Amino acid sequence: MSGFTEIQSRAAPVSSTGAIGWIRQNLVSTPMNTFFTLIGVYLIYKFLPPLLDWAIFSANFAGSDEHACNSGGACWVFVKQRASLFIYGFYPSEQYWRLDAVFVLLAITFVPQFFDAFPYKKWFGIFSITGLPVISYFIISGGILGLEHVETESWGGLSLTLIIAFVGIVAALPFGVLLALGRRSNMPIIRTMCVIFIEVWRGVPLISVLFMASVMLPLFLPEGVTFNKLLRAMIGIVMFQSAYMAEVIRGGLQAIPKGQYEAASALGLSYWRSMTFIILPQALKLVIPGIVNTFIALFKDTTLVLIIGLFDVLGAVQSAIVDPNWPGVATEGYVFAAFCFWIFCFTMSRYSMRLERKLHTGHKR
Amino acid sequence: MAEVEKNILKPSKPSPWNDPAVRSMVFQAVALIAVVYFFYIIFQNTLHNMETRGITTGFAFLDKSAGFGILMSLIEYDESHTYGRTFLVGLLNTLLVTFLGVILATSVGFIIGVARLSSNWIISRLAAVYIETLRNIPLLLQIFFWYFAVLQVLPGPRNSLEWQETFFLSNRGFYAPAPVFEEGSGVVVGAFILAIVLIIAIARWAHKRQEATGQQFHTVYVSLGILIGLPTIVFFLSGMPIGIEYPELKGFNFKGGTNIIPELMALLWALSFYTAAFIAEIVRAGILAVSHGQTEAAHALGLRNSPTLKLVVIPQALRVIIPPLTSQYLNLAKNSSLATAIGYPDLVAVFMGTTLNQTGQAVEIVAMTMAVYLAISLTISAFMNWYNKSKALVER
Repeated sequence: MSGFTEIQSRAAPVSSTGAIGWIRQNLVSTPMNTFFTLIGVYLIYKFLPPLLDWAIFSANFAGSDEHACNSGGACWVFVKQRASLFIYGFYPSEQYWRLDAVFVLLAITFVPQFFDAFPYKKWFGIFSITGLPVISYFIISGGILGLEHVETESWGGLSLTLIIAFVGIVAALPFGVLLALGRRSNMPIIRTMCVIFIEVWRGVPLISVLFMASVMLPLFLPEGVTFNKLLRAMIGIVMFQSAYMAEVIRGGLQAIPKGQYEAASALGLSYWRSMTFIILPQALKLVIPGIVNTFIALFKDTTLVLIIGLFDVLGAVQSAIVDPNWPGVATEGYVFAAFCFWIFCFTMSRYSMRLERKLHTGHKR
Repeated sequence: MAEVEKNILKPSKPSPWNDPAVRSMVFQAVALIAVVYFFYIIFQNTLHNMETRGITTGFAFLDKSAGFGILMSLIEYDESHTYGRTFLVGLLNTLLVTFLGVILATSVGFIIGVARLSSNWIISRLAAVYIETLRNIPLLLQIFFWYFAVLQVLPGPRNSLEWQETFFLSNRGFYAPAPVFEEGSGVVVGAFILAIVLIIAIARWAHKRQEATGQQFHTVYVSLGILIGLPTIVFFLSGMPIGIEYPELKGFNFKGGTNIIPELMALLWALSFYTAAFIAEIVRAGILAVSHGQTEAAHALGLRNSPTLKLVVIPQALRVIIPPLTSQYLNLAKNSSLATAIGYPDLVAVFMGTTLNQTGQAVEIVAMTMAVYLAISLTISAFMNWYNKSKALVER
């Protein structure tokens, strides 16, 4: 029996904390992983520097005409020069303050929604879908209180995009509620009518709805009655959107436990009373994230109105990039338009995700 | 006995205007009459308006000669064909872009979705950037970007980007070699079909044998061998009856080969990459929905990584993925109608655009177009419902 044998002390364990540990775990844990890291780094190396160079370092910011764009980078001068067209369309320039006022109102009513403890937050929200559209309409259209009347033909740009999207969602909400209730009704004729309406509008592309609104609607109206182009497009969008809204709200109605319906009946509430006071407040609250998501989809879909000749932000960009004075600025124009949409959509999708997390407190899996 | 009790407990009959049954009848009758009256008014107005504008009604226009050319057609078409034929041309072009779009979007979407879940930080971040960028930008804008900012500024056919003098990319589109089926090529096609039949038979036999004995068979390798080998052998034995036609620059454009027009490319890319961003999120949610315990259990049973994925995780994830995936396919089919904005001759551009402008038959044409999209939507959702049912959890 031999006595004491000395064991070599082991090496210290591989670091699993700090920057080195993080790299070990997330970037080079296996040969395959290292390979992917290399691919990722290569992609970034290949695309990011040229992109940054184009967009920032060799881009042109200063100047006032096309001669300022000579360095080979992005020509942001173009966007700067055309910004008022992109944002206000053909709205008379001395009246821009009216659109600005509406933008400010919009911000005042919506910003509180992002803060949990903002006082009277709920009332701001309710005002934004009831009072705000009416007030905004009178500010933008004018014709009262000494405001000059502005024809809808001169509405355009980002403001028109916002108007269409906002009207689309606000007007579709009540129709959506009615259709959703109708689809869940016990009355077979009402239910069938609602199902047909919803499925037909959901089954056809928005563009065909817009075509229908612009070429068929005038045929449907009695002689002498005409709708302007914007109103026709809006009727199409609202019909289309209310079908999608109905499906979202139906999801909320289905999520309300049956006991709530029964309890409302047991209290002796009539159908409409139980809906308005018991079911809908709960169901609508549940589906706010869904409504925000439909709004995002609608917001992106508003670009389609340029096909029937309305002048939204993409239409404004599209018309500005074919200007022979500014050759080769298509990408800059599209990047600007994309940025406008991206900011709105990304913010809203984050908002809806946050809301979803907040609403799913009790029964998170 | 029960009858008697029921009678005792029965509440007094309410007055007719408070009786739910009566109310519901009245309510439905009123709604029905209102809707019928609404459509009647619209119908009358339309007839009247069309009369004053001198538009005839009916589908007789479908047999008239169209007299306009179409950029791209899968079937034979020229100016002398009828309006009915333009409908068919447009419909086929729509179906083509939808079909290609579904395949491309699904493949890109699955790759990005899996990459988003990767344990590799860089890969997962890159996938997140892709998803968040593309799905928050309107599709029409993306189509315009690809068409006007990328494909239109490519050099002309004379200076086109080329690869090995076989593939050419210019502002006239993408040109690639095309197969030419000469006499006797039927044998090769026949061999290909035979190979497919053989593979199905082998797969069935292998499945049966594994059920009975537990022995596995290398179906994949054998199938690949048959699929590639058999037609190749027949091809050489029959004296190489299938040739290749290379695109050649003649005058101002290429002749020969297959051509993908830039409109189709722009539409296809934009549609697929946009939809892929949504599919990626769906795939991610689906895979996350399978609890990690399933993977651990499979490993504990001795399954390796790849059978774990194939036999345990993916079948369960598919159940969560398929319903939303269906609606993405439906969206893709409907969004293909944006083709009209860049002039790809799809159903909306050809039929609801040019044909409508020439004939003025708004009601018939819009109704036909909407009916087609409705039919496509219903078909896709019926197919996916059937597929979903076959994958659904079988509960006792």
